[in-house]
Amino acid sequence: MDKGIEIRWHGRGGQGAKTAALLLADVAFKTGQYVQGFPEYGPERMGAPITAYNRISADKIRVHSNIYTPDYVVVVDETLLSSVDVTAGLKKNGAIIINTSKSREEIAEKLGGYKGRIYTVDARKISVETLGKNFPNSPMLAAIVAVSNVMDRDTFIGEMRASYEHKFAKKPEVIDGNMKALEMAYDVIEAAMEDDKMSLSA
Amino acid sequence: MDMKERMSGNEAVSYAIKQINPDVMPAFPITPSTEIPQMISTYIANGEIDTEFIPVESEHSAMSAAIGAQAAGARSLTATSSAGLALMWEELLLAASNRLPLVLALVNRTLSGPININCDHSDGMGARDTGWIQIYAENNQEAYDNFIQAYPIAEHEGVHLPVMICQDGFITSHAVENIELLDDKKVKKFVGEYKPEEYLLNPGNPVAVGPYSVSNYAMEAKKNQEIALENSKAVILEVAKNFKKISGRSYGLFEEYKTKDADYIMLIMGSAAGTAKQAVSELRAKGMKVGVLKLRVFRPFPAEEIAEALKGCKTVAIMDRCESYNGNGGPLGSEVTSALFRNKVMIETVNYIYGLAGRDFTVDEAKAIFKELEEQDVSGRKVEQYKYIGLRT
Amino acid sequence: MRTDVSKINEKTPHGELTEGLMIFAGGSSKLFKTGEWRTNTPVFHADLCKQCLLCAPVCPDSSIPVSEGLRGDFDFEHCKGCGICANVCPFGAIEMKEGVE
Repeated sequence: MDKGIEIRWHGRGGQGAKTAALLLADVAFKTGQYVQGFPEYGPERMGAPITAYNRISADKIRVHSNIYTPDYVVVVDETLLSSVDVTAGLKKNGAIIINTSKSREEIAEKLGGYKGRIYTVDARKISVETLGKNFPNSPMLAAIVAVSNVMDRDTFIGEMRASYEHKFAKKPEVIDGNMKALEMAYDVIEAAMEDDKMSLSA
Repeated sequence: MDMKERMSGNEAVSYAIKQINPDVMPAFPITPSTEIPQMISTYIANGEIDTEFIPVESEHSAMSAAIGAQAAGARSLTATSSAGLALMWEELLLAASNRLPLVLALVNRTLSGPININCDHSDGMGARDTGWIQIYAENNQEAYDNFIQAYPIAEHEGVHLPVMICQDGFITSHAVENIELLDDKKVKKFVGEYKPEEYLLNPGNPVAVGPYSVSNYAMEAKKNQEIALENSKAVILEVAKNFKKISGRSYGLFEEYKTKDADYIMLIMGSAAGTAKQAVSELRAKGMKVGVLKLRVFRPFPAEEIAEALKGCKTVAIMDRCESYNGNGGPLGSEVTSALFRNKVMIETVNYIYGLAGRDFTVDEAKAIFKELEEQDVSGRKVEQYKYIGLRT
Repeated sequence: MRTDVSKINEKTPHGELTEGLMIFAGGSSKLFKTGEWRTNTPVFHADLCKQCLLCAPVCPDSSIPVSEGLRGDFDFEHCKGCGICANVCPFGAIEMKEGVE
C-alpha cells in the first residue's frame, strides 16, 4: 500500500468506535477498495480509552502494525481530549474530526497547537434528534467519509441504506433515523468544507 | 461461486470450517480464539452444518475429546490460544503419537507471564516438539487457505499426523480485511469425505489405540512418527499444488519475496511478514537489495530448503516473535542457524526478538534492521547477535 | 491394515511395526503366552470345588475357562500364578504350589 489513507479512531470502550471502524471498512470494501479495520488489541473495558484503525487503499494492504502517522483522526468522545494526545503523528495536511457541540475555534485551543484542519460534528445532538438516543457512530462515520472523500456522497448513502436494510431487516423503523443522521452529519461537514474553500479563496 | 468478501481472521477460519463441515468439535473458549467456537456454534444452531459441538470443561478435555472422536472415526478439530494450548500439552503429544489426523486452529497469543492476552508465538513455539505439523499465516486469506489444506495434509496415508493452523492473535484474528472465499462445492470436493481405513467404531474390526509400548517398541514408534513428519513436507507441497488449481493462489514451505538478488534477507513468520514486505518495497525503491523469506511451514522444519534459499545473501535477520529463555536466542534463531551450519552456508546472521506480548512491529523498525545489517556489512562493526527490537531502553 | 500380531516381536524392524503401534486386530492377548512368567502354580482340586464360580471373574488373565456354567482346569498358557483365585475360594479347592507345573 503506497497510496491510500490511514485513519485512527479514538473512543471509549462501549461507545462503538471499533464498530464504526469496521463499518467504514465494510462500506469502503463495497466500493471495491482494499480495507483494514481493526481495534487496538486488548481487554475490552467499558469507558476506558480505546483506539481503532482503518487503512483504505486501491492497492493490496500488507502492513500489520498500528497507525502512527494517520491522515485522519476521529474522536468519538471529546472528554478524551484532556487525557489522550489525539493529534499525535497526525499529518499536517490531514484532518481531525471531533464529536462536540463546541466550535472549531474552541476545540482548536485544546489540541496543543495542531495546525491542520479541524472539523466538529455534534453527533450526540444529531443522534438524539434522529434516533432518540445517543449513538454517535453513524454521524461520525458520515463525517469521516465526507472529510476523507474515500467515496462520493451518493455512493456512500446508497451503500449505507443497503447495509442498514440488511442489518435492521427486523427493525425497519430505525433505518430512516440512521439515514437522516448520516445526511445531517454529511451536511455539517460539507458546509464547513465550503467555508474553508471560501476563506482560502478570500 | 467464489466470492470477494471482507472478514476477520477468526471469521475466515470459521468459514472454512463451515465449508468443510467436520464431524466433531470439542472446544473451550479462550481469548483471542473464542470467536471460532462461538461462530461454529452459531452455524450449528442455524442448521448450516451438522458438526457435533462438545462444550467441554477445559482445553485438556477439548483435546482429549478431539483425540477420542478422531480415533472413533470422526473428522475432528478444536481451536485454542495460549494457556489453552498449554493445558492441552499432554494430549498434543498423544494425538501425534497415535497418528490421528485432527486439526487445531491456533490463534497465537503469548504464554503467561506476565499475564497478557496479546500476540506472540510462544504458545505455538512451546508446542513445536509435540509432533504436530505447524503452518503459520500472514493474514486472514492465508489462515483460510491453510485451514482448507489442513485435512488433506493430515489425512494423507503417508502422513497421518495432526496439523496446527496458526494465525496471529488480534493482529489477524480480529482485523477485518479483504479475502477471496472459494465456492462451497469446490472446498468440499477438495477436502473430500473422511474415510479412515481403521477406526474404533467399526463393528467386527476391533482396534487397540495407544497401547502401552515397552522400550523394545517405543523408540521404533518415535522414529516412524519422525519419518511421517518428514514425509509430510512433500505432501504439503503436493496439496498446495492442488490447491492452486482451485484457487489460483500459490503456497510453499515458505514464500520468497524479492530474495533472488538480495544482500540482506529478513526471515520472519506470521502477520509481521507483510510489514517486512512493505519495508522491502520501500527500500528497494531506494536501490537497496533486500528481501523477505516468510516461513509458512515451521513443522516440519524445511532446514535444507531454507539454507539453499539463503546461501546467496550476505546476512539474514532471523526474526523471533518468541523468547525461548535458552540464553542464546529465539527458537527460529536456533533452528535457522543450525540449518545453515549443517548445510555449510556460512553467512552472517542476527537473531532479533520482536513483538512479544503484543508489542507492535512497524515498517520503520523493519527498515532500521535492514540498514543495521548493511551498516555491519560495510563498516565491519559487529551487531549484537541476539537483540531485542522495540524495547524501551 | 489388519495386523498379524504373531508376526510382530521384539526383533521387528521399525518399518514393519504398525502406525502408532496400534493393533488392528481383536483378542490379540491370546497370542501373548504369559504363562511363562509363572513362579507359583495353582492346583485345581475338582473334588472340593462346589462350582460357585467366585474364582473365574477375579482372575486378571481370564485363565479360568467356564463352559456351560462349570469351570474347568486352568489355562496354563496364560495363568501367571498370582494366587487371587486361591485366596477367594471358600472351599480350599485351589491350592498354590511353589514352582512351575
